[in-house]
This record gives sequence, C-alpha cells and structure tokens, in this order.
Amino acid sequence: MSIQVRNLNVWYGRAQALYDVNLTIESRGATAIIGPSGCGKSTFVRSLNRLHEEIAGGRVEGEVLIDDINIYARSIKPMYVRRHIGMVFQRPNPLPASSIFENVAIGLRLNGMARGGALKEIVQRSLEQAALWDEVKDRLGESASQLSGGQQQRLCIARALAIEPKIILMDEPASALDPIATFQIEELMRELRNSYPVVIVTHNMQQAARVAEKTAFFLQGRLIEVGETGKFFSRPEKKETEDYISGRFS
Amino acid sequence: MQQSLSGARSVARLLGGGSRRLSDLLFRGFTMLLVLFVIVIIAAVVWVLVSNSMPTIQQFGLSFLTNQAFDPVHDVYGVGPAIFGTLVTSAFAIIFAVPIGVGTAIFLVDFCPRALRAPLAFIVELLAAVPSVIYGLFGFLVLAPWLQSTGEPWLQKYLGFLPFFQGQFHGLSLFSAGVILVIMVLPLITSVSREVILTTPSAQREALLALGATRWEVIRHAVLPYARIGITGGVILALGRALGETMAVTMVVGNQTSPIGPGLFNTGYTLASVIANQFNEATPGLFFSAVIEAGLLVFIITLLTNIIARILIYRMGHRVGGLTT
Amino acid sequence: MSILVQEQQPAANPFQAPRTAHNARRRVSNIAIVVLSLLATAFAVAVLLYLLLYVLRAGLPYINIDLFTKIPTPNGEPGGGIGNAIQGSLILVGLASLFGIPLGLFTGIYLAEFGGRGAFATGVRFLVDVLTGVPTIIFGLIAWVYIVVPQQSFSGLAGGVALGIIMIPIVARTSEEVLRLVPKELREASLALGATESRTILRVVIPAASSGIITGIVLAMARVAGETAPLLMTAFGNPFFNSDITQPMESLPHTIFTFAESPYQAQINQSFAGALVLIVLILLTSFAIRWATGGFKQRGR
Repeated sequence: MSIQVRNLNVWYGRAQALYDVNLTIESRGATAIIGPSGCGKSTFVRSLNRLHEEIAGGRVEGEVLIDDINIYARSIKPMYVRRHIGMVFQRPNPLPASSIFENVAIGLRLNGMARGGALKEIVQRSLEQAALWDEVKDRLGESASQLSGGQQQRLCIARALAIEPKIILMDEPASALDPIATFQIEELMRELRNSYPVVIVTHNMQQAARVAEKTAFFLQGRLIEVGETGKFFSRPEKKETEDYISGRFS
Repeated sequence: MQQSLSGARSVARLLGGGSRRLSDLLFRGFTMLLVLFVIVIIAAVVWVLVSNSMPTIQQFGLSFLTNQAFDPVHDVYGVGPAIFGTLVTSAFAIIFAVPIGVGTAIFLVDFCPRALRAPLAFIVELLAAVPSVIYGLFGFLVLAPWLQSTGEPWLQKYLGFLPFFQGQFHGLSLFSAGVILVIMVLPLITSVSREVILTTPSAQREALLALGATRWEVIRHAVLPYARIGITGGVILALGRALGETMAVTMVVGNQTSPIGPGLFNTGYTLASVIANQFNEATPGLFFSAVIEAGLLVFIITLLTNIIARILIYRMGHRVGGLTT
Repeated sequence: MSILVQEQQPAANPFQAPRTAHNARRRVSNIAIVVLSLLATAFAVAVLLYLLLYVLRAGLPYINIDLFTKIPTPNGEPGGGIGNAIQGSLILVGLASLFGIPLGLFTGIYLAEFGGRGAFATGVRFLVDVLTGVPTIIFGLIAWVYIVVPQQSFSGLAGGVALGIIMIPIVARTSEEVLRLVPKELREASLALGATESRTILRVVIPAASSGIITGIVLAMARVAGETAPLLMTAFGNPFFNSDITQPMESLPHTIFTFAESPYQAQINQSFAGALVLIVLILLTSFAIRWATGGFKQRGR
C-alpha cells in the first residue's frame, strides 16, 4: 500500500502552493509533515485524497500513485478515491445532529459497505480501535455534540477507520485539544501506525519526534528534506531544515 | 460601545466645558422623540384596529370567524370564506414554493457554475422587487385567462380524480391566486435558504466529502440538518407574506363567494381582498366595523407568523440580512 | 507508465466506481437532485423573464411623450396619458420620504448608537422588525382614521403618511446595520479630539456610513413607489393633475390597478405602459444599489 508522489504541483487559482513534490510513503508507519505556516503541508495532505479540488480554483498536476494506480488519472472520480482514504481534521467535526453510532456508521451506509448486524460490529470495532468504545458503549444513541473535544476527535478517527481506509491522513489532529486529549491521540497514532500508513501534519516538532518514524519538511511549497525522524532532528542535511528545527523561524 | 464612549467622553469632558453637553442632550432628546413617535405609530395601529372592530366583536364574537355571509344588506357579517380563501391560497403557495425555492437555493450554492451564481441569484431576487400590483396586472390579464382556457382544463383532464381539480373553471379563482402567490414568495424562500446554506461550516462538508460522499449526500447529511431551522424560519416568513398579500390576490381571486369546498377552480376571496374591496363601500356601523375586524385578523395572523419566524432565524445565531421583503 | 496497464483492468482498480446497485442508486439520486434543482432555478428565472418581456412587449408601444404629459381621456378614448399618476407618485414618494426618512434614520441611530443591548432597545428593534411584516394596507387604515376622516377628504397627505410609515422599518434597519459597521476607533478618535457625542455622530459616524444609509433610503423609496393598497383609502385617485396634497391624488400603481380592470383597451395598454415605467424604475434602482455596494462580486464558496 505504498504511496508515491511524483512531480506534484498544486495551485490555488493562479497562486502556486506546491512545487514539484516527490515523496514515497511506506505501507506501514507514520510520516510526519512539518514546516512553518503557509508552507503547504495541509495542501499537500489534501492533495492525497483529492480534497484540494473542492476548493474554488483548486488545481493539481502530477501523479499520486497508490498501489501503482494514479489516483489523478482521468478515468477516476475523486469520490471513489476519498472513499479509500480516511481523514481527520484539525477541529473535530462530527455531525452534530447525529448520534455517536450514526457518526461512525455514516461512511459505511453511504458506501453501501454494511448493514444491520455487520454494521453494528464494524462500528464497535472502529470505536474500539479509536480507544473510545468503553466511554461511549452505553450511550451510542446520544448526540455526538455531547462529547468532549478529545472524545469527538477519537470519534472522527473511528469514523475514518470504519471505512477500512488504505491510508489515514491527519491534519494537525491534536492542535485544538487539551494536553491530556493530545496525549491520548498520540497514543492512538502510535497504535494505528502499526496497521496503516499514517500521514500526520503537525506544527509541533516534538510531536513529530514522538509519533512518526519518518519526517518530511516543507518550506514555501517545496519539499526540502525527508528522512528517518531520529536522524532528521539530530543531523539534518539541509540548512533550511536545521534553521527551522532550531527555531530560527516558525 | 457604551464603555468606549464613556471612557472617551471623560477625556472630552476634561478638555471641554458644560456647553458641549447641552448639544448632546438636545441630540439625544430629539432622537428619543422620534423613536417614541415611531412607537406611538405602532400603538396607534393596534388601537385603531381594535377599537374600530369592537362593534362586530361584540355583536358576533367568535362566530365572525365562521359566518359564511358578508352581507351588508342584512347587516350580518362573517369572514369564514375569507379565512378559508386566505388559508387555501397561502397553503398552496407554500406547498409549491418551498421545494422550488429550496431547490433553487441548493442549485445556486452547490451546482451552479461559478460565473453564473451571482447573476442568477440577482435575477431571483428581482422577483421580490416587482410590485404586487404588477403581479396582479399580469395575473389578471395573462395568467387567469390562460388558466381558464388551457391550464385548468388540462389539470382536470389528467388529474381530475383529485377533488382539487374538479368543478367549473374560473380564470379568477383560488387557483390563480395560489399560483401568483407561489411566484411572489419564491424569492424570499430562495434568498433565506441560500444565505443559510452558505453559512454551513465547511468543516461539516469536508467531513462528508472525506468519506467519499456524493454532492447530494453532502447536502443531505451536512448542509440540510444545519440549515433546517433557518429554512423553516424563512418558510414561515414567506407564509406571513402570503397571508397578508393584498393587491395581486385581490386582482385574481375572483372576489365572489363559492361554497366552501376543495375545488381550487372556484372563485373566492381572502381577508386582505375583503379589506381592499369593501373598504370604500363600507357604511359606518357594523359594515365598517366588519372590514376593520378583517384587518385586525390579518394583522394578528401576520404578527404571529413574523414573530415565530424571527425567533427561529435568530436561533440560528445570526440575523439574516436582506429580508426587506 | 505503469498506470495504463492497471487502468485497463477495472476489476483490479479499487478506485473505479464499484458496479453495485447501491452505487448506481447513489449516482441516480445525485443526478436527480442536480436536475431537479436546475429545473427549479430555471422555473424561477423563466417566470421573471417572461413577466418582464411580456410587460415590455405590451407596454413599450405605448410609451411616448403623451404618456407622461397628458391626463387620461374620458371613456377610454384613445390618446391621453397618465401624467397625473406620474406626478402624483413623485409627490407621494417625496412626502413619504419627508416623513419616513427622519423617523427611520433616527430610529436606526438610536438603535446603533444609544440603545446597545438594553431592554428598551431590544423592544424597539423587535417592534421595528415586526413592522416589516405587517401588510401595507393596514397603514392605509391608520392614515385614513387620523387624516382622511378629520379632513373629510381623501388626500395626498394621507397617502404620503401611509407610505412613510412603510419606509420607517426599512430605513431604520439598514441604517442601524451600517452604523454598527463603522469602526469604534473612528468614534473614539473624534471624542478624544474633544468633539461632543452629537457632533461625533453627525459629522463623523453618519458620513462614514452614508453610502449604506443612502442605499437603504433608495431601497425604501423604490419599495413604496410600487405600493398600491394603502393608497386605496388615502390618496384614492384623481383623473386630473393635482399638486395639492390636501386633495385626492393619483399614483402610478393605482392607475395600473384601475386601468388593468378597465373595459377599454386603450386604458389596458396604458396600464402596461405604466407598469413598464414602474418596473424599469425599480430595475434601475436595484442595479444601481447592487453596483454601488459591489453586490455583483462573488460571495460564498
């Protein structure tokens, strides 16, 4: 389930946001995407599940190969790409009008993946995977908005897991959460990386060090350096990387 | 605002003197005077309506609402048919204007090519700017004759099993009034729905998109649950508008009684059309009082729908602008 | 280019649309909604265009100088015009503005500058909002009771007052909104320079909000220019030129109304001509407002 990004160029209207990005992501493990604000990290991740095109003027050129299939091929509709990729957003966004159960089930229902008893099993399994089952198993019918921020984010993770994604994308998933909830989410990331390729955007370098085996550094729309996390932070190859890591700019 | 003004005002007071405060007082006083005058006007509206309907209220009480006759000759008055006509035409208008209006709003926000969005929205809003009398003109001289000659017979031919489309054809009928009202409340529903849909947080949309939802599924699961309250508020506002609409309805509804029944092709009248038609005919006494009481009823009905609608819209957390219609 | 090989085997490509009944249903629903919403929009647009074009076609041939300068002929003889109605409308809207603009504007000033969130202000705001939903014929009733009856005569004054009341909430609400938008830094700067509160409002805040206020006023004027119902029992109507506001006065919408139901074709034609004039007026003001406030720019997603 490897992901290969080749010559990726991304625009917002006339403004180019990503220049010639080439990157390979392994089929297991977490990859952290770091860089200062505006460097294109979110844009990059949203190009992986073709969400970028939903923005007015959003345009992508280049290839993203998942299992050797270019998801940007003309014959492929974005909808069916996204169905295989799970995404967790910066601010937890469960559907407020739906119950906890329904929130997890919706991906399954929309894609016709399961019904009835099988559906319930998958929902339970996803909530267990997201370390939320014990906290909500007695109140699955309650509205999702009753949950705390951390719980809501884990709900969103469960929702993403339910559809059996090939890849999990996380766009600064803990930045809106308190420290305890952040800790729980990071634990979860370390769990999930054993079973899925996980791509995590973060502005917190310590988090990248804690969670990801591989780190990629973006600056002003370009991929500057990518490498094994330990080596990345102790002996970066490029000067820009070193400047960023040492806090010269953020 | 108050705090910033008083803080700065202390500074000003240090710099200035007593005479400056006089002009402030005068200005404030003048402003308050005008505001009070506005309140007095509103109070006068209520007072005039209530006091001038007392004779018929006392004479007929609640039976005024159900009496079938509006009979100046025998001095017996009732607005049963008027209430019936008002409810039927307004219900008809809402039933058809809501799907068309919400559908238009969905199209304009989600499916319409971007370049066309602003112009089309503008055109739909223009419908709201057309004065009522011009809808009446169009209805009276164009729509009603066409309905009588072509529209109604067609409906009776294909849908005549429904009681609504049975009976004799009249161009000037409840049906024509209903159709004109659909057109008149459509822009209101569309613009409120559109505003509300536009404010749906994109986070909700993205959540659904990321799961591989179709455009319609995004609307259905992310947008509509969020927009439901606001749209309902808009619908109720539109209902209030339809209930009180005067000129266009008066010109096409027929203004004659028919027996109360489900037939839409019958002539009829509404509370507002009663006032428009009878006001200048009314002799002092019960006749006049009856007309005013019809006005009181219209006022109460539109007041209630307006209050309910605005409560709903305010509950959405923002004031939806552009509701001058 | 390994991509090509894969795409020719759709079964192996998980990113192709699954060929299930469920999926077919989803596609159909999606398309159905697009089509239905398109039809709805087309309906709304078509209705407006048809209406406008019809009025244009029916009224344009009868637009001429006479229309504006002559009064109606008796018994629907050909010729004549609706000059009295146009004159009457101008006077009535002018009167209404004299009455409605100050009341509306100062109510807006009160709400934006003095009222804040107090209970009284909330009450006033509520009353003003509610006033917009009242059918305009009711305001005709008020003017009838307080002006027509004591005067024992229909009059332009009564009509102007009734129309003025209609203007109040429109002007008040738009004024309040734009006044609120004026940044408080502007007010503070003025006060810190020693200006009084009243001076600040009159010389600084209102001018800053002036384009929005004017927009609201123009909107209100266009709105009342088309009102008929309240005039039925106030200004009533007058077949002659009349600039005396204590006498009955004709108006454009009223003429459109009476001529529409006339048995004479000549008058029906003039009704359409008058309707065309009214619509063009309203269209122009709508365009002008949009253009002045930049409303043609894209908004939203």
